[in-house]
Amino acid sequence: MNFTLTSRARTLCMALMVLGLALAGFGFINDHTDHHQNFWAALFINGFYFFGVGLGALFFYALQNATETSWSVLVKRVYEGIFSYLPIGAAVIVLVLAAGSAGLHHVWSWMDPAVVTEGSDVYDPIVAYKMPFLNKGFYWLRTVAYIATFLFGAMWFRKQSLALDNETGETLVKHHLLVYRRSALFLVFFAVFSSTLSWDWIMSIDVHWFSTLFGWYVFAGMWVSAMITGVVLVIYLKGKGYLPQVNNSHIHDMGKWVFAISFLWTYLYFSQFMLYWYSNIPEEVIYFKARIDHHPMLMWGMFFINFAVPMLLLMSRDAKRNPRFLIGVGAVIFIGHWLDLCQMVLPGALGDHFEHIGALEIGLFLTFLGLFILTVLNTLTKAPLTPVNHPYLDESVHHHI
Amino acid sequence: MANKVIYAVYDDPEVLKGAARKLVSAGVKVRDVFSPFPVHGLDPIIGVKRTRLGIVAFMFGITGTSLALLGMYYMMIYDWPMNIGGKPNDFFYQNLPAFIPVTFEFTILCACHGMAITYLIRNKTLPGMPARNPDPRSTDDKFIMEVRTEDNHGRSADDIAGLLRETPVFEINERQC
Repeated sequence: MNFTLTSRARTLCMALMVLGLALAGFGFINDHTDHHQNFWAALFINGFYFFGVGLGALFFYALQNATETSWSVLVKRVYEGIFSYLPIGAAVIVLVLAAGSAGLHHVWSWMDPAVVTEGSDVYDPIVAYKMPFLNKGFYWLRTVAYIATFLFGAMWFRKQSLALDNETGETLVKHHLLVYRRSALFLVFFAVFSSTLSWDWIMSIDVHWFSTLFGWYVFAGMWVSAMITGVVLVIYLKGKGYLPQVNNSHIHDMGKWVFAISFLWTYLYFSQFMLYWYSNIPEEVIYFKARIDHHPMLMWGMFFINFAVPMLLLMSRDAKRNPRFLIGVGAVIFIGHWLDLCQMVLPGALGDHFEHIGALEIGLFLTFLGLFILTVLNTLTKAPLTPVNHPYLDESVHHHI
Repeated sequence: MANKVIYAVYDDPEVLKGAARKLVSAGVKVRDVFSPFPVHGLDPIIGVKRTRLGIVAFMFGITGTSLALLGMYYMMIYDWPMNIGGKPNDFFYQNLPAFIPVTFEFTILCACHGMAITYLIRNKTLPGMPARNPDPRSTDDKFIMEVRTEDNHGRSADDIAGLLRETPVFEINERQC
């Protein structure tokens, strides 16, 4: 059965985008930062956040294939829907990076050639030392490589998934095994790229600072957001009468993922924080000092939301089996990880000009949220929501825990 | 009338599940099932209550958290404030991040050990305890269903055995108890 996008849902998404744009426009007029830095930073945050949701879904999808997981086969179309947003997210990121490269803003301060020219007023020897890695040529090569790999992967997986629907018997199994091997290969690329893209796109905003763990921490954040989006979509679709074979056990398992990855995120965040806090080396603590001294509410608040909320509210089995509850808690954590991204980007991008999250960030968030939902729902209309053929389909239908 | 216990032996878990379903729908109470491995989906059929082991694990875990924090507060802040790398040690909260890894490990230690020991005591399977399964084959390749006449008033042992014989049973043993 195909999903049909109701005009009501479409209107709601459009309204969300219009409201968001109006709010962002208001923010833009009141943005007096140099080069509209605040606007570009907010655009990057929301471009990256929803790109991250798509990427988390693509990773999870590949993981399910590579581990030959059976229970998730029934909901695989939902993840295909989520990662269909990747091209739009990638376009926004490329736009912001290109504007930075062209000197339209200084979110990435190292992109300014004067910073690495010896003898100039703003010459920065630390950045100059990083030039072999952080130079525009190599940076763009990497950026193109990441995006090309992810978009190609997303397109290929979707194509194979639709092709599997028309196959049976021996060909179906052979094709499935091909997807299985390619997924494993994709995960190898993803493992490296998810780390380095976080260094390139986010960590290099605070260009003096470095953390090897940063990539996994960003990746864990994307993954939680993707799992929340997945479970909320499945509950929504089930409420509309689609996905009739999805039962409580599937919802429970998806709730477990939200719970578990929230802890992965907490573990990585705290590992990074505690080691720097403990060793207290000036060049390492600058990142946390900027945040603890000037934005303690944002930093500890988002940590509380992303750690304590899932721990206290999603621990019990009944909570994970209660759709309404899961949606409510999921929405809170979803916003928590958006706040996390804000506190990664804004203090570095705006420095002292960053006071609090304002109309620009929230307005663009609403705009992209509307666009994201519309894109995902639109993709869901294009193929049967329940896969027609898959070697593990029957096992997934009888999933019971 | 003396109470009797009937052991119905099956050689396949799915067959046993089908038989249990049939018996329960006929109104027979199944006391227990002995099997070499957990049979998935059997519990709701024979009406085994949901395990409370999760709640126990939480209790042990929270005990571990409290003990670890209390211990470190006493040792490192109250009794003999320790100066490690110049970290502030006047107040507990100032040093909290350094205590988190130990607290985390101790929580897991208490939760896991507590849960495992509770499980073994509750099942009466602590090392050295006498085995309670009626037939050693239930640790190999047989699945054994236990039905007692004392649970099923108004039915004789022959009645129940008759019902069992309608299912693809491997063998039926009756014992006085």
